[in-house]
Amino acid sequence: MNLHEYQGKALFAEYNLPVSKGKVVFKAEDIIDACNEIGGSKWVVKAQVHAGGRGKSGGVELISNPEDGVKFAQKWLGKNLVTYQTDKKGQPVNCILVEECTNIAKELYLSAIIDRESQQIVFIGSSEGGVNIEDVAKNMPEKIIYQGFVYKDDSLNENAENIAKVLKLNDQQTLQFIPIIDNLLRLFVEKDLSLLEINPLVITENGDLHCLDAKINIDSNALYRQPELLDMRDETQEDPSESEAAKNDLSYVSLDGNIGCMVNGAGLAMGTMDTIKFFGGNPANFLDVGGTATQERVAKAFKIILDDPKVKVVLVNIFGGIVRCDLIAEGIIAAIKEVEVKIPVVVRLEGNNADIGSKILSKAKIKIESINDLAVAAKKAVLLAK
Amino acid sequence: MSILVNKDTRVIVQGFTGSQGTLHSEQSIEYGTNIVGGVTPGKGGIEHLGKPVFNSVEDAKRSLDPNASIIFVPARFCKDSILESAEAGIKLIICITEGIPTLDMLEVKKRVDELGVRLIGPNCPGIITPGKAKLGIMPGDIHMPGSIGIISRSGTLTYEAVKQTTDLGFGQSSCVGIGGDPIPGSSFIDMLKLFQDDTQTEAIVMVGEIGGTSEEAAAEYIKNNVTKPVISYIAGKTAPAGKRMGHAGAIIAGGKGTADNKIEKLQECGVYVADNLVSIGSKVAEVLG
Repeated sequence: MNLHEYQGKALFAEYNLPVSKGKVVFKAEDIIDACNEIGGSKWVVKAQVHAGGRGKSGGVELISNPEDGVKFAQKWLGKNLVTYQTDKKGQPVNCILVEECTNIAKELYLSAIIDRESQQIVFIGSSEGGVNIEDVAKNMPEKIIYQGFVYKDDSLNENAENIAKVLKLNDQQTLQFIPIIDNLLRLFVEKDLSLLEINPLVITENGDLHCLDAKINIDSNALYRQPELLDMRDETQEDPSESEAAKNDLSYVSLDGNIGCMVNGAGLAMGTMDTIKFFGGNPANFLDVGGTATQERVAKAFKIILDDPKVKVVLVNIFGGIVRCDLIAEGIIAAIKEVEVKIPVVVRLEGNNADIGSKILSKAKIKIESINDLAVAAKKAVLLAK
Repeated sequence: MSILVNKDTRVIVQGFTGSQGTLHSEQSIEYGTNIVGGVTPGKGGIEHLGKPVFNSVEDAKRSLDPNASIIFVPARFCKDSILESAEAGIKLIICITEGIPTLDMLEVKKRVDELGVRLIGPNCPGIITPGKAKLGIMPGDIHMPGSIGIISRSGTLTYEAVKQTTDLGFGQSSCVGIGGDPIPGSSFIDMLKLFQDDTQTEAIVMVGEIGGTSEEAAAEYIKNNVTKPVISYIAGKTAPAGKRMGHAGAIIAGGKGTADNKIEKLQECGVYVADNLVSIGSKVAEVLG
């Protein structure tokens, strides 16, 4: 789950990290009060969406008159912001963060992830901030440091200093930097983060370190023990079908093609998409219906798949492990009747009682193509989608 | 021979009396697995499926001397359950549960490594040595004793590979699901080592998927250490970047972890790559002649 910048910065403030004075507004006219409350004579207004690249797309503006902020908010609130990280539709802007203006001397990069290879929390730092870090990694790898950390370990200072060197911080800044790392690490562990990114972390004209952005992802598996973060979820930033699927414990990702897929198991679901592509078709989605493909779950899955108007045919691929294929076949038939599926459905059943399942499907008085061989089934679906 | 489990493995089940624990233990016992008892806190002293139940792994260990444990407890309790078993001296732990917080797994992985415990999973179908022992949730009847060792990050994809190698008459020495999480207890490399040393295994099928770089690391390891033929299939060629494809570990991040990268690296290192899910078996046949 992702947080908005303003939510991330509220967490930063809670952990004593240096962030700008700011206020989030949901109505354009509230910008004026927000500017007055923050004080000063220059402000930054930032459209809040779950995507990077906002600055380059006009979603961030520097203003010296609160009225200009109102105009900015009127322009964006209720509209979609398209950046290089979003799809063509963009992400809806529901609120604007107003912040005091920070005078920047230098932009740096800092992030933290759980590194799968070294199996520890790794901080990534670079003296090149404000740009796409993947480009820096490719073109100037010597300007990036990957530093592993062990929580509550006594080598924190030493590790933080290693990063400070690559960031070319002076002694004063390094003294500021060590508690920043300490607090970020504590935040990462206590709030079950999977990613934390500050791009840019800046050195101000006064020579102080300051967090100008905050990108936070939370480990979805840990949300049960982070209720206050779960409350921050903004479903408008998520694909509606994906959220609906998640509510029903189904894993769904929408894609561009026209062959709907319903599969049990995540690996097999990916494999099925690849098989469709291999035979010249295009999958419309990834959908893992789970180990227990009951009528109820299959019906929900059909509804979600058919919500996508591009879908011309549905390929169901079930490897009956513990669940018997005859039961699955009955569930599929009942679900097709319940949802009133009007487009062709190709079903491949394999595993436990697959033969009986196929017989049940072919006897059903609805149009289902029952094919046991996955290659043949995929080819059939590709043909029907054309 | 086989790897990790056989007829003599003495197994306890953590979460024995729960619905998942009961369902799968019943099937494992029916398959011939030597399940000697189980653990459910608060239910010690009763009998379940004809086996004794204990309050703690330590109690079970003292009475039954098990050498493997399989875990079916809910995700939020898994960290404690795995560590409980590891601290009690069980050397092989299989965790089936999906959805364990990644930070919990960082802690668990560090500790099991320190204790020299072999952890399989989490978020996996388990291990089976066909005809001998089934410690997992896989359907037993698609397996057949034979010569192929199978390692996979996915459950149902493993079943595909199993079915195809059974249909072609090869059968399997052992099959291990290492799980779909970002921090697995065991890696491809850990299992490749065991299969390389196992006399029954003639060829190894390695089923990978997008996300992380464990297939690339395995490829490098195979080049230098594995003399048996390795056949691989990688799922997720069509997966978009930045989206989690069901498994917590199946995500292409920062340009890393794509199927194409993995396939290229595997081929470079002499691994035979099946270009399609439906041709894993035929690739094995082609390689073994």
